Amino acid sequence: MNTKEKIIEWLLFACAALCVLTTLGIIAVLAIQSVQFFSEVPLKDFLTDTQWTPLFADKHFGILPLLSGTFLTTIIAITIALPIGLTTAIYLSEYASKTFRSTVKPVLEILAAIPTVVYGYFALTVVTPFLQIFFPSLSGFNAISPGIVMGLMIVPLISSLSEDALYAVPKSLREGAYALGSSKLQTAFRVLIPAASSGIIVSIILAVSRALGETMIVAIAAGQQPRLTLDPRVPIETVTTYIVQVSGGDVPHGSLEYKTIFSAGLSLFVITLILNNISFFVKKKYREQYE
Amino acid sequence: MNNEDIKTLKNNSFKVWAVFATSIGLVMLGILLVKIGMDGMHRISMQFFTSLPSRRAEEAGIFTAWVGTLWIMGTTALIAIPVGIGAGIYLEEYSKKGWWSSFLEINISNLAGVPSIIYGLLGLEVFVRLLHMGESILAGSFTLALLILPIVIVSTRESIKAVPKTLREASYALGASKWQTVWMQVLPAAAGGVMTGIILALSRAIGETAPLIVVGALTYVPFTPKSVFDSFTVLPIQIFNWVSRPQAEFLVNAAAGIIVLVAITIVMNGSAVLLRNRWQKNVKW
Repeated sequence: MNTKEKIIEWLLFACAALCVLTTLGIIAVLAIQSVQFFSEVPLKDFLTDTQWTPLFADKHFGILPLLSGTFLTTIIAITIALPIGLTTAIYLSEYASKTFRSTVKPVLEILAAIPTVVYGYFALTVVTPFLQIFFPSLSGFNAISPGIVMGLMIVPLISSLSEDALYAVPKSLREGAYALGSSKLQTAFRVLIPAASSGIIVSIILAVSRALGETMIVAIAAGQQPRLTLDPRVPIETVTTYIVQVSGGDVPHGSLEYKTIFSAGLSLFVITLILNNISFFVKKKYREQYE
Repeated sequence: MNNEDIKTLKNNSFKVWAVFATSIGLVMLGILLVKIGMDGMHRISMQFFTSLPSRRAEEAGIFTAWVGTLWIMGTTALIAIPVGIGAGIYLEEYSKKGWWSSFLEINISNLAGVPSIIYGLLGLEVFVRLLHMGESILAGSFTLALLILPIVIVSTRESIKAVPKTLREASYALGASKWQTVWMQVLPAAAGGVMTGIILALSRAIGETAPLIVVGALTYVPFTPKSVFDSFTVLPIQIFNWVSRPQAEFLVNAAAGIIVLVAITIVMNGSAVLLRNRWQKNVKW
Protein backbone atom coordinates (compact mmCIF):
# COMPACT_ATOMS: atom_id res chain seq x y z
CA MET A 1 0.00 0.00 0.00
CA ASN A 2 1.47 3.35 -0.97
CA THR A 3 1.68 6.46 1.18
CA LYS A 4 -1.23 8.26 -0.48
CA GLU A 5 -3.60 5.42 0.33
CA LYS A 6 -2.33 5.43 3.93
CA ILE A 7 -2.86 9.17 4.32
CA ILE A 8 -6.37 8.92 2.94
CA GLU A 9 -7.24 6.13 5.33
CA TRP A 10 -5.99 8.24 8.22
CA LEU A 11 -8.03 11.23 7.07
CA LEU A 12 -11.16 9.11 6.86
CA PHE A 13 -10.40 7.69 10.29
CA ALA A 14 -10.09 11.23 11.63
CA CYS A 15 -13.57 12.05 10.31
CA ALA A 16 -15.05 9.08 12.14
CA ALA A 17 -13.06 9.81 15.28
CA LEU A 18 -14.57 13.30 15.35
CA CYS A 19 -17.81 11.68 16.52
CA VAL A 20 -16.06 10.23 19.53
CA LEU A 21 -14.47 13.62 20.21
CA THR A 22 -17.91 15.24 20.04
CA THR A 23 -19.27 12.86 22.65
CA LEU A 24 -16.23 13.38 24.86
CA GLY A 25 -16.55 17.13 24.36
CA ILE A 26 -20.17 17.14 25.44
CA ILE A 27 -19.43 15.09 28.54
CA ALA A 28 -16.37 17.18 29.44
CA VAL A 29 -18.14 20.52 29.00
CA LEU A 30 -21.17 19.46 31.03
CA ALA A 31 -19.07 17.77 33.71
CA ILE A 32 -16.54 20.60 34.21
CA GLN A 33 -19.17 23.32 34.55
CA SER A 34 -21.39 21.12 36.71
CA VAL A 35 -18.56 20.26 39.09
CA GLN A 36 -18.00 23.99 39.60
CA PHE A 37 -21.75 24.42 40.05
CA PHE A 38 -21.98 21.69 42.65
CA SER A 39 -19.05 23.13 44.58
CA GLU A 40 -21.31 26.11 45.27
CA VAL A 41 -24.71 24.41 45.42
CA PRO A 42 -25.04 21.16 47.38
CA LEU A 43 -26.26 18.22 45.30
CA LYS A 44 -28.95 17.60 47.92
CA ASP A 45 -30.50 21.03 47.35
CA PHE A 46 -30.34 20.53 43.60
CA LEU A 47 -32.26 17.26 43.79
CA THR A 48 -34.73 18.03 46.58
CA ASP A 49 -35.43 21.77 46.64
CA THR A 50 -38.84 22.43 45.13
CA GLN A 51 -38.01 25.87 43.79
CA TRP A 52 -35.83 26.98 40.86
CA THR A 53 -35.11 30.69 41.08
CA PRO A 54 -31.44 31.26 40.11
CA LEU A 55 -32.27 34.58 38.44
CA PHE A 56 -34.04 36.09 41.45
CA ALA A 57 -32.63 37.70 44.59
CA ASP A 58 -33.82 34.77 46.73
CA LYS A 59 -31.97 32.00 44.93
CA HIS A 60 -33.13 28.40 44.96
CA PHE A 61 -31.54 25.68 42.85
CA GLY A 62 -33.99 22.78 42.87
CA ILE A 63 -34.12 21.09 39.47
CA LEU A 64 -37.44 19.36 40.22
CA PRO A 65 -39.71 22.12 38.85
CA LEU A 66 -37.83 22.07 35.52
CA LEU A 67 -37.91 18.28 35.39
CA SER A 68 -41.61 18.20 36.21
CA GLY A 69 -42.26 20.65 33.38
CA THR A 70 -40.20 18.55 31.00
CA PHE A 71 -41.90 15.31 32.01
CA LEU A 72 -45.37 16.84 31.95
CA THR A 73 -45.10 18.06 28.35
CA THR A 74 -43.42 14.80 27.33
CA ILE A 75 -46.18 12.67 28.89
CA ILE A 76 -48.87 14.73 27.14
CA ALA A 77 -47.02 14.41 23.84
CA ILE A 78 -46.60 10.64 24.13
CA THR A 79 -50.22 10.17 25.21
CA ILE A 80 -51.18 11.81 21.91
CA ALA A 81 -48.44 10.36 19.71
CA LEU A 82 -48.48 6.72 20.79
CA PRO A 83 -52.07 5.70 19.91
CA ILE A 84 -52.12 7.85 16.78
CA GLY A 85 -48.68 6.79 15.61
CA LEU A 86 -49.23 3.10 16.23
CA THR A 87 -52.66 3.12 14.60
CA THR A 88 -51.25 4.94 11.60
CA ALA A 89 -48.48 2.35 11.36
CA ILE A 90 -50.96 -0.54 11.46
CA TYR A 91 -53.26 1.13 8.96
CA LEU A 92 -50.48 1.92 6.50
CA SER A 93 -48.85 -1.48 6.77
CA GLU A 94 -51.95 -3.73 6.91
CA TYR A 95 -54.98 -1.92 5.49
CA ALA A 96 -53.95 0.83 3.11
CA SER A 97 -53.28 0.37 -0.58
CA LYS A 98 -49.75 0.70 -1.89
CA THR A 99 -50.42 4.03 -3.61
CA PHE A 100 -52.07 5.48 -0.49
CA ARG A 101 -49.09 4.37 1.57
CA SER A 102 -46.50 5.85 -0.73
CA THR A 103 -48.37 9.17 -0.88
CA VAL A 104 -49.15 9.55 2.81
CA LYS A 105 -45.74 8.55 4.16
CA PRO A 106 -43.70 11.43 2.72
CA VAL A 107 -46.42 13.92 3.66
CA LEU A 108 -46.38 12.64 7.25
CA GLU A 109 -42.61 12.97 7.28
CA ILE A 110 -43.00 16.66 6.47
CA LEU A 111 -44.73 16.96 9.87
CA ALA A 112 -41.49 15.97 11.58
CA ALA A 113 -39.40 18.19 9.31
CA ILE A 114 -41.16 21.50 9.88
CA PRO A 115 -39.04 23.73 12.15
CA THR A 116 -40.22 23.61 15.74
CA VAL A 117 -40.40 27.38 16.04
CA VAL A 118 -43.31 27.13 13.57
CA TYR A 119 -45.11 24.68 15.85
CA GLY A 120 -44.54 27.03 18.76
CA TYR A 121 -46.39 29.73 16.85
CA PHE A 122 -49.14 27.24 16.01
CA ALA A 123 -49.56 26.15 19.64
CA LEU A 124 -49.66 29.74 20.86
CA THR A 125 -52.00 31.22 18.24
CA VAL A 126 -54.25 28.28 17.28
CA VAL A 127 -54.31 25.44 19.79
CA THR A 128 -54.34 27.47 23.02
CA PRO A 129 -57.22 29.79 21.90
CA PHE A 130 -59.08 26.71 20.61
CA LEU A 131 -58.73 24.91 23.95
CA GLN A 132 -59.78 28.07 25.80
CA ILE A 133 -63.22 27.80 24.16
CA PHE A 134 -63.78 24.60 26.14
CA PHE A 135 -61.67 25.40 29.21
CA PRO A 136 -62.01 29.14 29.87
CA SER A 137 -59.74 28.86 32.91
CA LEU A 138 -56.82 27.77 30.72
CA SER A 139 -53.90 30.15 31.01
CA GLY A 140 -52.50 31.77 27.84
CA PHE A 141 -49.29 29.88 28.49
CA ASN A 142 -49.75 26.25 29.56
CA ALA A 143 -48.36 22.74 29.24
CA ILE A 144 -51.26 21.08 27.46
CA SER A 145 -51.18 23.03 24.21
CA PRO A 146 -47.45 22.65 23.40
CA GLY A 147 -47.74 19.04 24.63
CA ILE A 148 -50.47 18.25 22.10
CA VAL A 149 -48.66 19.97 19.23
CA MET A 150 -45.42 18.21 20.14
CA GLY A 151 -47.34 14.92 20.18
CA LEU A 152 -48.61 15.45 16.65
CA MET A 153 -45.13 16.46 15.54
CA ILE A 154 -43.58 13.19 16.75
CA VAL A 155 -46.32 10.97 15.28
CA PRO A 156 -44.19 10.33 12.16
CA LEU A 157 -41.28 9.13 14.34
CA ILE A 158 -43.47 6.41 15.85
CA SER A 159 -45.52 5.60 12.75
CA SER A 160 -42.61 5.41 10.34
CA LEU A 161 -40.33 3.15 12.41
CA SER A 162 -43.20 1.00 13.72
CA GLU A 163 -44.50 0.54 10.21
CA ASP A 164 -41.09 -0.63 9.04
CA ALA A 165 -41.08 -3.13 11.90
CA LEU A 166 -44.61 -4.37 11.11
CA TYR A 167 -43.83 -4.56 7.41
CA ALA A 168 -40.80 -6.73 8.14
CA VAL A 169 -42.88 -9.40 9.87
CA PRO A 170 -43.01 -12.29 7.40
CA LYS A 171 -46.17 -12.98 5.44
CA SER A 172 -46.43 -16.54 6.74
CA LEU A 173 -47.30 -15.26 10.23
CA ARG A 174 -50.21 -13.23 8.85
CA GLU A 175 -51.41 -16.12 6.74
CA GLY A 176 -51.23 -18.44 9.72
CA ALA A 177 -53.42 -16.08 11.72
CA TYR A 178 -55.92 -15.64 8.89
CA ALA A 179 -56.09 -19.40 8.41
CA LEU A 180 -57.14 -19.70 12.05
CA GLY A 181 -60.04 -17.34 11.31
CA SER A 182 -58.64 -14.10 12.73
CA SER A 183 -59.76 -10.74 11.43
CA LYS A 184 -57.20 -8.19 10.25
CA LEU A 185 -57.58 -6.40 13.58
CA GLN A 186 -56.95 -9.52 15.64
CA THR A 187 -53.98 -10.41 13.48
CA ALA A 188 -52.54 -6.94 13.91
CA PHE A 189 -52.90 -6.78 17.69
CA ARG A 190 -52.25 -10.39 18.69
CA VAL A 191 -49.67 -11.48 16.12
CA LEU A 192 -48.00 -8.58 14.37
CA ILE A 193 -47.52 -6.13 17.25
CA PRO A 194 -45.95 -8.76 19.52
CA ALA A 195 -43.76 -9.92 16.65
CA ALA A 196 -42.64 -6.37 15.86
CA SER A 197 -42.43 -5.25 19.50
CA SER A 198 -38.71 -4.49 19.55
CA GLY A 199 -38.98 -2.11 16.60
CA ILE A 200 -42.03 -0.48 18.12
CA ILE A 201 -40.34 -0.01 21.50
CA VAL A 202 -37.34 1.57 19.81
CA SER A 203 -39.60 3.99 17.97
CA ILE A 204 -41.35 4.97 21.21
CA ILE A 205 -38.09 5.55 23.05
CA LEU A 206 -36.88 7.69 20.17
CA ALA A 207 -40.06 9.73 20.32
CA VAL A 208 -39.80 10.18 24.11
CA SER A 209 -36.21 11.29 23.84
CA ARG A 210 -37.13 13.77 21.10
CA ALA A 211 -39.96 15.16 23.23
CA LEU A 212 -37.70 15.54 26.30
CA GLY A 213 -35.21 17.58 24.31
CA GLU A 214 -37.75 19.68 22.43
CA THR A 215 -37.14 23.34 23.00
CA MET A 216 -38.83 25.95 20.86
CA ILE A 217 -42.46 24.78 21.11
CA VAL A 218 -42.36 24.89 24.90
CA ALA A 219 -40.24 28.04 24.99
CA ILE A 220 -42.92 29.86 22.98
CA ALA A 221 -46.17 28.35 24.25
CA ALA A 222 -45.59 26.99 27.76
CA GLY A 223 -44.55 30.19 29.50
CA GLN A 224 -41.26 30.52 31.31
CA GLN A 225 -42.22 29.93 34.91
CA PRO A 226 -40.57 27.02 36.71
CA ARG A 227 -43.29 25.39 38.76
CA LEU A 228 -43.51 22.03 40.49
CA THR A 229 -46.91 20.89 39.28
CA LEU A 230 -48.66 18.30 37.16
CA ASP A 231 -51.47 20.71 36.30
CA PRO A 232 -51.43 21.08 32.50
CA ARG A 233 -53.41 24.35 32.56
CA VAL A 234 -50.83 26.66 34.11
CA PRO A 235 -47.53 28.08 32.79
CA ILE A 236 -44.48 25.89 33.41
CA GLU A 237 -40.87 25.78 32.30
CA THR A 238 -38.85 22.90 30.90
CA VAL A 239 -35.12 22.28 31.25
CA THR A 240 -34.58 23.23 27.62
CA THR A 241 -36.57 26.45 27.90
CA TYR A 242 -34.54 27.52 30.90
CA ILE A 243 -31.30 27.09 28.96
CA VAL A 244 -32.67 29.19 26.10
CA GLN A 245 -33.99 31.82 28.49
CA VAL A 246 -30.61 32.26 30.21
CA SER A 247 -28.60 32.12 26.96
CA GLY A 248 -30.82 34.76 25.40
CA GLY A 249 -30.28 37.17 28.28
CA ASP A 250 -26.96 38.59 29.34
CA VAL A 251 -25.70 36.45 32.16
CA PRO A 252 -21.94 37.00 32.70
CA HIS A 253 -19.66 34.10 31.81
CA GLY A 254 -18.37 32.23 34.84
CA SER A 255 -21.15 33.34 37.19
CA LEU A 256 -23.23 30.83 39.11
CA GLU A 257 -26.23 31.63 36.89
CA TYR A 258 -24.11 30.77 33.85
CA LYS A 259 -23.18 27.42 35.37
CA THR A 260 -26.81 26.56 36.07
CA ILE A 261 -27.48 26.01 32.36
CA PHE A 262 -24.80 23.32 32.30
CA SER A 263 -26.11 21.53 35.37
CA ALA A 264 -29.61 21.68 33.88
CA GLY A 265 -28.17 20.44 30.57
CA LEU A 266 -26.38 17.61 32.34
CA SER A 267 -29.66 16.38 33.87
CA LEU A 268 -31.27 16.34 30.44
CA PHE A 269 -28.26 14.70 28.79
CA VAL A 270 -28.11 11.90 31.37
CA ILE A 271 -31.81 11.09 30.91
CA THR A 272 -31.65 11.00 27.11
CA LEU A 273 -28.38 9.05 27.20
CA ILE A 274 -29.99 6.33 29.31
CA LEU A 275 -33.00 6.19 26.97
CA ASN A 276 -30.82 6.01 23.86
CA ASN A 277 -28.77 3.19 25.27
CA ILE A 278 -31.87 1.23 26.24
CA SER A 279 -33.13 1.55 22.68
CA PHE A 280 -29.76 0.55 21.22
CA PHE A 281 -29.74 -2.47 23.53
CA VAL A 282 -33.31 -3.45 22.59
CA LYS A 283 -32.45 -3.10 18.91
CA LYS A 284 -29.37 -5.32 19.16
CA LYS A 285 -30.66 -7.88 21.63
CA TYR A 286 -34.28 -8.43 20.74
CA ARG A 287 -34.20 -8.08 17.00
CA GLU A 288 -36.58 -10.73 15.72
CA GLN A 289 -34.89 -12.86 13.11
CA TYR A 290 -37.13 -14.66 10.66
CA GLU A 291 -35.85 -17.01 8.04
CA MET B 1 -75.33 -10.67 17.04
CA ASN B 2 -72.98 -13.60 16.87
CA ASN B 3 -69.24 -13.62 17.38
CA GLU B 4 -68.51 -13.24 13.70
CA ASP B 5 -70.55 -10.02 13.54
CA ILE B 6 -68.80 -8.58 16.57
CA LYS B 7 -65.46 -9.35 14.99
CA THR B 8 -66.43 -7.58 11.78
CA LEU B 9 -67.85 -4.65 13.71
CA LYS B 10 -64.65 -4.28 15.71
CA ASN B 11 -62.57 -4.52 12.58
CA ASN B 12 -64.65 -1.88 10.83
CA SER B 13 -64.66 0.50 13.79
CA PHE B 14 -60.90 0.17 13.96
CA LYS B 15 -60.74 1.13 10.29
CA VAL B 16 -62.75 4.29 10.98
CA TRP B 17 -60.48 5.22 13.90
CA ALA B 18 -57.41 4.40 11.82
CA VAL B 19 -58.45 6.71 8.99
CA PHE B 20 -59.07 9.42 11.57
CA ALA B 21 -55.70 8.82 13.24
CA THR B 22 -53.83 8.82 9.95
CA SER B 23 -55.48 12.00 8.77
CA ILE B 24 -55.24 14.02 12.00
CA GLY B 25 -51.61 14.92 11.39
CA LEU B 26 -52.40 15.88 7.82
CA VAL B 27 -55.36 17.95 9.02
CA MET B 28 -53.10 19.79 11.45
CA LEU B 29 -50.60 20.41 8.66
CA GLY B 30 -53.46 21.81 6.57
CA ILE B 31 -54.71 24.09 9.35
CA LEU B 32 -51.16 25.22 10.02
CA LEU B 33 -50.58 26.16 6.38
CA VAL B 34 -53.93 27.97 6.08
CA LYS B 35 -53.35 29.80 9.36
CA ILE B 36 -49.88 31.12 8.49
CA GLY B 37 -51.13 31.98 5.02
CA MET B 38 -54.01 34.03 6.41
CA ASP B 39 -51.88 35.67 9.10
CA GLY B 40 -48.80 36.46 7.09
CA MET B 41 -49.34 36.31 3.35
CA HIS B 42 -50.27 40.00 3.03
CA ARG B 43 -47.01 40.91 4.74
CA ILE B 44 -44.86 39.15 2.09
CA SER B 45 -43.44 41.78 -0.23
CA MET B 46 -40.11 42.91 -1.63
CA GLN B 47 -39.88 45.33 1.28
CA PHE B 48 -40.15 42.43 3.77
CA PHE B 49 -37.13 40.71 2.22
CA THR B 50 -35.00 43.84 1.95
CA SER B 51 -35.68 45.59 5.27
CA LEU B 52 -33.62 45.51 8.43
CA PRO B 53 -35.26 44.58 11.73
CA SER B 54 -37.05 47.51 13.30
CA ARG B 55 -38.96 48.52 16.39
CA ARG B 56 -41.91 49.39 14.14
CA ALA B 57 -43.46 46.14 13.02
CA GLU B 58 -44.63 47.32 9.60
CA GLU B 59 -41.14 48.55 8.66
CA ALA B 60 -39.30 45.48 9.89
CA GLY B 61 -38.02 42.84 7.51
CA ILE B 62 -36.00 39.67 7.34
CA PHE B 63 -33.02 40.94 5.34
CA THR B 64 -30.34 40.23 7.97
CA ALA B 65 -32.12 37.01 8.91
CA TRP B 66 -32.13 35.35 5.52
CA VAL B 67 -28.62 36.55 4.68
CA GLY B 68 -27.49 35.10 8.02
CA THR B 69 -29.28 31.83 7.28
CA LEU B 70 -27.49 31.61 3.90
CA TRP B 71 -24.10 32.21 5.55
CA ILE B 72 -24.77 29.66 8.28
CA MET B 73 -26.07 27.02 5.88
CA GLY B 74 -23.17 27.48 3.44
CA THR B 75 -20.53 27.22 6.14
CA THR B 76 -22.28 24.32 7.88
CA ALA B 77 -22.50 22.40 4.59
CA LEU B 78 -18.79 23.02 3.86
CA ILE B 79 -17.89 21.46 7.22
CA ALA B 80 -20.47 18.70 7.58
CA ILE B 81 -20.54 17.24 4.05
CA PRO B 82 -16.87 16.22 3.64
CA VAL B 83 -16.51 15.08 7.24
CA GLY B 84 -19.81 13.17 7.22
CA ILE B 85 -19.11 11.41 3.93
CA GLY B 86 -15.56 10.67 5.05
CA ALA B 87 -16.74 9.10 8.31
CA GLY B 88 -19.40 7.11 6.45
CA ILE B 89 -16.81 5.76 4.00
CA TYR B 90 -14.46 4.86 6.83
CA LEU B 91 -17.11 2.95 8.75
CA GLU B 92 -18.42 1.07 5.73
CA GLU B 93 -15.27 0.42 3.69
CA TYR B 94 -12.23 0.64 5.96
CA SER B 95 -12.95 -0.16 9.60
CA LYS B 96 -12.72 -3.78 10.57
CA LYS B 97 -15.50 -5.43 12.54
CA GLY B 98 -14.55 -5.36 16.19
CA TRP B 99 -14.96 -3.44 19.41
CA TRP B 100 -13.79 -0.18 17.82
CA SER B 101 -16.37 -0.24 15.05
CA SER B 102 -19.21 -1.19 17.38
CA PHE B 103 -18.05 1.52 19.77
CA LEU B 104 -18.19 4.04 16.91
CA GLU B 105 -21.63 2.79 15.97
CA ILE B 106 -23.09 3.11 19.46
CA ASN B 107 -21.45 6.53 19.66
CA ILE B 108 -23.09 7.81 16.48
CA SER B 109 -26.51 6.48 17.45
CA ASN B 110 -26.13 8.23 20.80
CA LEU B 111 -25.13 11.49 19.17
CA ALA B 112 -28.20 11.32 16.95
CA GLY B 113 -30.33 11.19 20.11
CA VAL B 114 -28.66 14.05 21.98
CA PRO B 115 -31.07 17.03 22.25
CA SER B 116 -29.99 19.87 19.98
CA ILE B 117 -29.73 22.31 22.85
CA ILE B 118 -26.92 20.22 24.35
CA TYR B 119 -24.94 20.80 21.14
CA GLY B 120 -25.52 24.48 21.84
CA LEU B 121 -23.85 24.13 25.25
CA LEU B 122 -20.94 22.26 23.63
CA GLY B 123 -20.56 24.98 21.00
CA LEU B 124 -20.73 27.73 23.62
CA GLU B 125 -17.86 26.33 25.67
CA VAL B 126 -15.68 24.82 22.92
CA PHE B 127 -16.08 27.02 19.84
CA VAL B 128 -17.14 30.35 21.33
CA ARG B 129 -14.85 30.34 24.38
CA LEU B 130 -12.09 27.73 24.17
CA LEU B 131 -11.27 28.25 20.46
CA HIS B 132 -12.00 32.00 20.67
CA MET B 133 -14.34 32.09 17.70
CA GLY B 134 -16.65 34.41 19.61
CA GLU B 135 -20.35 34.60 18.89
CA SER B 136 -19.68 34.27 15.17
CA ILE B 137 -21.05 32.51 12.11
CA LEU B 138 -18.10 30.13 12.34
CA ALA B 139 -18.98 29.05 15.89
CA GLY B 140 -22.65 28.61 14.94
CA SER B 141 -21.75 26.61 11.83
CA PHE B 142 -19.41 24.25 13.66
CA THR B 143 -22.14 23.64 16.24
CA LEU B 144 -24.77 22.87 13.58
CA ALA B 145 -22.29 20.77 11.60
CA LEU B 146 -21.72 18.50 14.61
CA LEU B 147 -25.48 18.35 15.10
CA ILE B 148 -26.24 17.09 11.57
CA LEU B 149 -23.14 14.92 11.23
CA PRO B 150 -24.92 11.72 12.41
CA ILE B 151 -27.61 12.18 9.73
CA VAL B 152 -25.03 12.56 6.96
CA ILE B 153 -22.98 9.61 8.24
CA VAL B 154 -25.95 7.26 8.55
CA SER B 155 -27.33 8.05 5.09
CA THR B 156 -23.87 7.76 3.52
CA ARG B 157 -23.42 4.35 5.11
CA GLU B 158 -26.84 3.13 4.01
CA SER B 159 -26.27 4.08 0.39
CA ILE B 160 -22.71 2.72 0.29
CA LYS B 161 -24.01 -0.53 1.77
CA ALA B 162 -26.48 -0.83 -1.11
CA VAL B 163 -23.68 -0.81 -3.72
CA PRO B 164 -23.08 -4.44 -4.73
CA LYS B 165 -19.80 -6.16 -4.01
CA THR B 166 -19.33 -7.13 -7.66
CA LEU B 167 -18.71 -3.49 -8.58
CA ARG B 168 -15.83 -3.29 -6.13
CA GLU B 169 -14.39 -6.61 -7.25
CA ALA B 170 -14.51 -5.59 -10.91
CA SER B 171 -12.65 -2.42 -10.00
CA TYR B 172 -9.98 -4.30 -8.05
CA ALA B 173 -9.64 -6.78 -10.91
CA LEU B 174 -8.79 -3.87 -13.21
CA GLY B 175 -5.96 -2.94 -10.87
CA ALA B 176 -7.57 -0.05 -9.02
CA SER B 177 -6.43 0.70 -5.49
CA LYS B 178 -8.86 0.76 -2.59
CA TRP B 179 -9.27 4.53 -2.62
CA GLN B 180 -9.63 4.60 -6.42
CA THR B 181 -12.38 2.01 -6.11
CA VAL B 182 -14.19 3.99 -3.41
CA TRP B 183 -13.76 7.36 -5.08
CA MET B 184 -14.47 6.42 -8.69
CA GLN B 185 -16.87 3.49 -8.37
CA VAL B 186 -18.59 3.19 -5.01
CA LEU B 187 -19.21 6.86 -4.25
CA PRO B 188 -20.67 7.76 -7.68
CA ALA B 189 -22.91 4.69 -7.47
CA ALA B 190 -24.12 5.80 -4.04
CA ALA B 191 -24.41 9.49 -4.93
CA GLY B 192 -28.21 9.62 -5.03
CA GLY B 193 -28.64 8.35 -1.50
CA VAL B 194 -25.83 10.48 -0.17
CA MET B 195 -27.35 13.61 -1.74
CA THR B 196 -30.77 12.78 -0.24
CA GLY B 197 -29.21 12.50 3.20
CA ILE B 198 -27.35 15.79 2.81
CA ILE B 199 -30.49 17.66 1.78
CA LEU B 200 -32.46 16.23 4.72
CA ALA B 201 -29.62 17.09 7.10
CA LEU B 202 -29.40 20.68 5.85
CA SER B 203 -33.16 21.09 6.01
CA ARG B 204 -32.94 20.05 9.65
CA ALA B 205 -30.18 22.59 10.25
CA ILE B 206 -32.08 25.45 8.60
CA GLY B 207 -34.88 25.22 11.17
CA GLU B 208 -32.66 24.80 14.23
CA THR B 209 -33.14 27.64 16.67
CA ALA B 210 -32.18 26.59 20.18
CA PRO B 211 -28.49 25.69 19.71
CA LEU B 212 -27.84 28.94 17.85
CA ILE B 213 -29.46 30.98 20.61
CA VAL B 214 -27.18 29.21 23.09
CA VAL B 215 -24.00 29.93 21.10
CA GLY B 216 -25.02 33.57 21.09
CA ALA B 217 -26.77 34.35 17.82
CA LEU B 218 -28.30 37.77 18.29
CA THR B 219 -31.95 38.64 18.03
CA TYR B 220 -31.26 42.15 16.78
CA VAL B 221 -28.63 42.53 14.06
CA PRO B 222 -28.80 45.80 12.13
CA PHE B 223 -26.18 44.77 9.55
CA THR B 224 -25.43 41.81 7.29
CA PRO B 225 -22.34 39.70 8.01
CA LYS B 226 -19.24 40.34 5.86
CA SER B 227 -17.24 37.29 6.91
CA VAL B 228 -17.59 34.12 8.97
CA PHE B 229 -16.19 35.95 11.99
CA ASP B 230 -19.11 38.36 12.22
CA SER B 231 -22.08 38.04 14.55
CA PHE B 232 -25.33 36.96 12.98
CA THR B 233 -28.98 36.11 13.27
CA VAL B 234 -31.00 33.51 11.36
CA LEU B 235 -34.58 33.26 10.17
CA PRO B 236 -35.93 30.99 12.96
CA ILE B 237 -34.41 33.23 15.64
CA GLN B 238 -35.95 36.31 14.04
CA ILE B 239 -39.31 34.50 14.08
CA PHE B 240 -38.84 33.47 17.73
CA ASN B 241 -38.04 37.08 18.60
CA TRP B 242 -41.20 38.33 16.91
CA VAL B 243 -43.41 35.62 18.43
CA SER B 244 -42.13 36.50 21.91
CA ARG B 245 -43.26 40.12 21.66
CA PRO B 246 -46.59 41.08 23.16
CA GLN B 247 -47.74 43.31 20.26
CA ALA B 248 -50.01 41.63 17.71
CA GLU B 249 -48.35 43.39 14.72
CA PHE B 250 -45.18 41.43 15.35
CA LEU B 251 -47.13 38.16 15.19
CA VAL B 252 -47.99 39.13 11.61
CA ASN B 253 -44.28 39.49 10.86
CA ALA B 254 -43.64 36.16 12.54
CA ALA B 255 -46.28 34.51 10.35
CA ALA B 256 -44.73 36.01 7.22
CA GLY B 257 -41.29 34.79 8.29
CA ILE B 258 -42.77 31.37 8.97
CA ILE B 259 -44.20 31.23 5.44
CA VAL B 260 -40.68 31.73 4.06
CA LEU B 261 -39.18 29.16 6.43
CA VAL B 262 -41.87 26.53 5.81
CA ALA B 263 -41.61 27.04 2.05
CA ILE B 264 -37.85 26.39 2.19
CA THR B 265 -38.37 23.28 4.36
CA ILE B 266 -41.06 21.80 2.12
CA VAL B 267 -39.06 22.46 -1.06
CA MET B 268 -35.96 20.83 0.46
CA ASN B 269 -37.84 17.80 1.80
CA GLY B 270 -39.84 17.44 -1.38
CA SER B 271 -36.72 17.42 -3.52
CA ALA B 272 -35.12 14.88 -1.19
CA VAL B 273 -38.14 12.58 -1.59
CA LEU B 274 -38.15 13.02 -5.39
CA LEU B 275 -34.42 12.34 -5.54
CA ARG B 276 -34.83 9.23 -3.41
CA ASN B 277 -37.66 7.84 -5.55
CA ARG B 278 -35.83 8.60 -8.79
CA TRP B 279 -32.64 7.06 -7.56
CA GLN B 280 -34.38 3.91 -6.31
CA LYS B 281 -36.15 3.52 -9.64
CA ASN B 282 -33.15 4.06 -11.87
CA VAL B 283 -30.68 1.85 -10.10
CA LYS B 284 -31.40 -1.84 -10.28
CA TRP B 285 -28.46 -3.99 -9.35
